[in-house]
Amino acid sequence: MKPVQLTARVISNRRIAGPYFKLCLREASIARRALPGQFVMLQVKREDAPFLRRPFSIHSAQGPDLEILYETKGAGTRILSKQKPRDAVELIGPLGNGFSLRLGSRRPIIVAGGIGVAPLVFLAQKLSNRKGLALIGGRTAAGVLCEKEFQKTGFSVTIATDDGSRGFHGRVTGLLERELRTANPDRQIIYACGPEPMIRRICGISLKDKVPAQVSLEAHMACGIGACLGCAMNTKHGYKRVCKEGPVFDIEELL
Amino acid sequence: MTLELSVTIGKLKLKNPVMVASGTFGYAGEFKDFMDLRKLGAVVSKTVTVKPRSGNPPPRTCETPAGMLNSIGLENPGLEKFLTTKLPVLKKTGVPVIVSIASEGDPEEFVALARRLERVRDVAAIELNISCPNIRAHVKGLVSQDPKSTYEAVRSVRKATKKTLITKLSPNVTDIVEIARAAEDAGSDALALINTLMGMSIDTKTRKPRIAMGVAGLSGPAIRPVAVRMVWEVYRKVKIPIIGMGGIIDTESALEFFFAGATAVSIGTANFVNPKASGEIIEGIEKFLRSNGIKSIKELVGSVRIC
Ligand SMILES: Cc1cc2nc3c(=O)[nH]c(=O)nc-3n(C[C@H](O)[C@H](O)[C@H](O)COP(=O)(O)OP(=O)(O)OC[C@H]3O[C@@H](n4cnc5c(N)ncnc54)[C@H](O)[C@@H]3O)c2cc1C
Ligand SMILES: Cc1cc2nc3c(=O)[nH]c(=O)nc-3n(C[C@H](O)[C@H](O)[C@H](O)COP(=O)(O)O)c2cc1C
Repeated sequence: MKPVQLTARVISNRRIAGPYFKLCLREASIARRALPGQFVMLQVKREDAPFLRRPFSIHSAQGPDLEILYETKGAGTRILSKQKPRDAVELIGPLGNGFSLRLGSRRPIIVAGGIGVAPLVFLAQKLSNRKGLALIGGRTAAGVLCEKEFQKTGFSVTIATDDGSRGFHGRVTGLLERELRTANPDRQIIYACGPEPMIRRICGISLKDKVPAQVSLEAHMACGIGACLGCAMNTKHGYKRVCKEGPVFDIEELL
Repeated sequence: MTLELSVTIGKLKLKNPVMVASGTFGYAGEFKDFMDLRKLGAVVSKTVTVKPRSGNPPPRTCETPAGMLNSIGLENPGLEKFLTTKLPVLKKTGVPVIVSIASEGDPEEFVALARRLERVRDVAAIELNISCPNIRAHVKGLVSQDPKSTYEAVRSVRKATKKTLITKLSPNVTDIVEIARAAEDAGSDALALINTLMGMSIDTKTRKPRIAMGVAGLSGPAIRPVAVRMVWEVYRKVKIPIIGMGGIIDTESALEFFFAGATAVSIGTANFVNPKASGEIIEGIEKFLRSNGIKSIKELVGSVRIC
């Protein structure tokens, strides 16, 4: 579907935990055409806002409503977190290639690390009839995001924390390995988003256990629409643009 | 009042003086969902080389105050594939296509590129990029940092093509006028000013450069005063038209370049932030002329009031 460029109004913009915020916008023209895994390029129109737009995954799109889940990191996300209901934000979207929803008879296993839950909740919403599994990892119990949102979609949720303050003590990829030990690999598919070491580990697991996997990746991008060639990701077929050929990639494509 | 927006660059007549800068507009197709591409004065392709180039390792871009650094490294499919897969897309815009060319080190490549493009009807003009700071062969110095190399490169291409030839210069020089004159003397029809300024940014947490290659090219509003100054300096000393660029983001900033002496302008980094920018600037210029009772864009060129 063609992306659009427009100004949207903030409906709400609330802190959900620590550095994490949820931004709700009513923007039917993007929400209705969005697919899980796609993203928007967002800019706050303020004198002190950064020059370039920032990429954010679509966290949820239901009816005309669009949600973005974000972690405050630098100037751009800090200014975003100050936006109030009725304030304007500039959007371009939906952009990029989303997750493949053709999973046949495979069970979806979602693996999310930290803010990596952002695109995966939308995916779970689309796969709500599939009795999937969501493995959510956080550094601490407070960094475990969107447990309820996954449960609402009918996914069963298991939690891992690095410090053992909740659920499995260890990496979320440890949970995945445990799960795959007893599962038929031909009946599973992995969908993942999270920090780079987690993605690398999932590549290893996917190859070893022969379970297909799709991952959503990040790269610095200036335009988000395929023009600047900034967000290059090295793949088996050379550099690909994360914004255009991604951000979702089949794990076999990656090096 | 009928407005005269058209300008002439060499043999090329443009219906308006706003084009898009090489490497900032993809191959134009990327922008078709956001604006009416037929509005543009011309499109300039991403720079093409004889052989395909995969480009530099990431990270390739980062934001800096009022701008960005990039080190894309002239990623492009190579001349032959460009002609079969990219040129048709550029042509679909319905506006003149200017093809930007560069050599990876050997000056003979300029000639080979120009000779091949000379035979392609859909190529309206050639832009000679002798000012890209982002490829290894150029680390020792850019062609456009030396008047003699500039003269030789332009001369050799001039002999290979009758098409309009635009030479794109680097701001990373002590005296831009000297380089501009060399290009003019060698037969360039026009000058494009400026390419990116060499810059660097360091992540203080990791102590690593934010761009994998270290040094990269700075663009955006941060470089605008440098670009306007160079257009002004060159305008006073050369006769061929100048295509001004560097940090143009809106009508106001485009007008600065005309006042400084540019005959046309190119929109670069602004396309990334606002894909409609070039179209909006064309409308803005029209409005400016109308509301000031100015009949022709040519009246603006070099009209800065310096006592
Ligand atoms: C396709 C895509 C989808 C994304 N989805 C989300 C999302 O749903 N929620 C969310 O919180 N974040 C998401 N991100 C990351 C988000 O874009 C960055 O965190 C944001 O741009 C930081 O902006 P800033 O101005 O706050 O920080 P800056 O001051 O620009 O940078 C602060 C820190 O963040 C890092 N950073 C900046 N830009 C990026 C980037 N593009 N990718 C990775 N790290 C970056 C920098 O290295 C720096 O250390 C996504 C990135 C991509 C490419
Ligand atoms: C991401 C990026 C890629 C670029 N690629 C090219 C290129 O291939 N060839 C070229 O001549 N200039 C290239 N440029 C330079 C621009 O065409 C322009 O000269 C410069 O960015 C200054 O204008 P601006 O500030 O409006 O962007 C590139 C600039 C950017 C930001």
